[in-house]
Amino acid sequence: MSLRIVVTVKYVPDATGDRHFADDLTVDRDDVDGLLSELDEYAVEQALQIAENADDAEVTVLTVGPEDAKDALRKALSMGADKAIHVEDDDLHGTDAIGTSLVLAKAIEKAGYDLVVSGMASTDGTAGVVPALLAERLGVPQVTLLSEVSVEDGVVTGRRDGDTASEQLQAQLPAVVSVTDQSGEARYPSFKGIMAAKKKPVESWDLSDLEIDADEVGLEGAWTKVETATERPARTAGTIVKDEGEGGKQLAEFLAGQKFI
Amino acid sequence: MAEVLVYVDHVDGAVRKPTLELLTLARRLGEPVAVALGAGAENTASALAEHGAAKVLTHDAPEYADYLVVPKVDALQAAYEQVSPAAVLVPSSAEGKEIAARLAVRIGSGIITDAVDLEAGDEGPVATQSAFAASFTTKSRVSKGTPVITVKPNSAAVEAAPAAGAVEALNVSFSDKATGTKVTGRTPRESTGRPELTEAAIVVSGGRGVNGAENFAIIEALADSLGAAVGASRAAVDAGWYPHTNQVGQTGKSVSPQLYIASGISGAIQHRAGMQTSKTIVAINKDSEAPIFDLVDYGVVGDLFDVVPQLTEEVKARKG
Repeated sequence: MSLRIVVTVKYVPDATGDRHFADDLTVDRDDVDGLLSELDEYAVEQALQIAENADDAEVTVLTVGPEDAKDALRKALSMGADKAIHVEDDDLHGTDAIGTSLVLAKAIEKAGYDLVVSGMASTDGTAGVVPALLAERLGVPQVTLLSEVSVEDGVVTGRRDGDTASEQLQAQLPAVVSVTDQSGEARYPSFKGIMAAKKKPVESWDLSDLEIDADEVGLEGAWTKVETATERPARTAGTIVKDEGEGGKQLAEFLAGQKFI
Repeated sequence: MAEVLVYVDHVDGAVRKPTLELLTLARRLGEPVAVALGAGAENTASALAEHGAAKVLTHDAPEYADYLVVPKVDALQAAYEQVSPAAVLVPSSAEGKEIAARLAVRIGSGIITDAVDLEAGDEGPVATQSAFAASFTTKSRVSKGTPVITVKPNSAAVEAAPAAGAVEALNVSFSDKATGTKVTGRTPRESTGRPELTEAAIVVSGGRGVNGAENFAIIEALADSLGAAVGASRAAVDAGWYPHTNQVGQTGKSVSPQLYIASGISGAIQHRAGMQTSKTIVAINKDSEAPIFDLVDYGVVGDLFDVVPQLTEEVKARKG
């Protein structure tokens, strides 16, 4: 029986661009180029490695996002994923993490899965809670923040490096896994991969396909409300000195003046 | 007065500083009721009472150490059902966020993560967060259910506020999902004797310019002279010079100390995301054009191998 792997990915504004909020205080997606969230590349990579080590496996990439989010799916397909699912619906605009996890969980169930692989966080929202939310909603084990992961005989094992300890984890499939940027460099799509990706199937689903009411998601249905977003004032220019042999002492003088010494 | 549930992060009964900061914030919203789980839970009571906990709900069972996250969610949910609080506050550690998120779904609530400040509002607590590598500050609130909010370290001062801190045993029955993910091994991180990176008042970080694992000794020497934590940029971590647990930036820790000293770090967006909210920023870098100098209160353009040891000696001399 084939191992069905679903990788959740997010299309995010480029972190090196001038990111800001739109008038409705959602993330502005028009003025900054979007791309597959860098941290999700690690998830795609680990999913592909797990699939390569299995007798028979299929990797599906799943995203929830606007039309342009297809770019993120295309990138994952060009890395080697087999097929893609794009959940797109105008009513999804402004959905928060709780709502997103609802949509993803319904889509994962509809797609069918043995293993869900996610990145550790998105590079725009950065909360890092979606994998735990998916495990809760799907009612399956959560094996998260792994810097090493493997799957054998229906069991997932991995290493979670925490602040106070490094833990070895183990759970039966089906399960939700998330991997960190320490899990291994993500592969670059080859030319062949890029060409092949153009022919791979991308399914589009909307909220009615997932039997989700519009009022459960979107900005109006969100469980949290952003009331204000203010640009942080630029830091006032500080003193910059050139070291001419006394740089360390000058710095110490500054720190003493600020009562740090 | 409304009660506010505070999830306690502790190591064998020693309460970690971010939890005491949470009590300061919880007192703005109501009367703090602490929840302490696992080995040593009861020993947290005196520290929690000193900082404002009216009650301390405790429970210990092997499940907390043997299985990942879910047993703690079950317990926090039990506390929620017992107390019916006005809000639930959890420290923003990796595990804390996962516990909070799962609780939120279970109790039908919204969640706000990584708050850096919290105040009472007409429609519930208002949380301040940093967004887009700290280039924006947002104010948000939970609009459905009981607010569940995780708060980052260094978001409030620890304040003495003696309260009863009455210990009560929490009644917990674990769900069938509690034992889903088994912890089959645990290697405690070796203590460096330095403060925890995210909790430290001063952080000294090294980057690409440090140019080798062995050279981090001079960064550590400066850190030790100041009683600081040591951080590293992604470039230094990717090069294998310093452990990932010390990485400051988008994919590492985000820190907000009183003083941040960046040595040999150019200040790419990836790094700025993790340190830009520091109160005072100081940088040492050979390249006068390095973007880090746009952020600094004081910068030295020079070779860190000259400047850092001189600074360390001067700090030691001044501290006597």
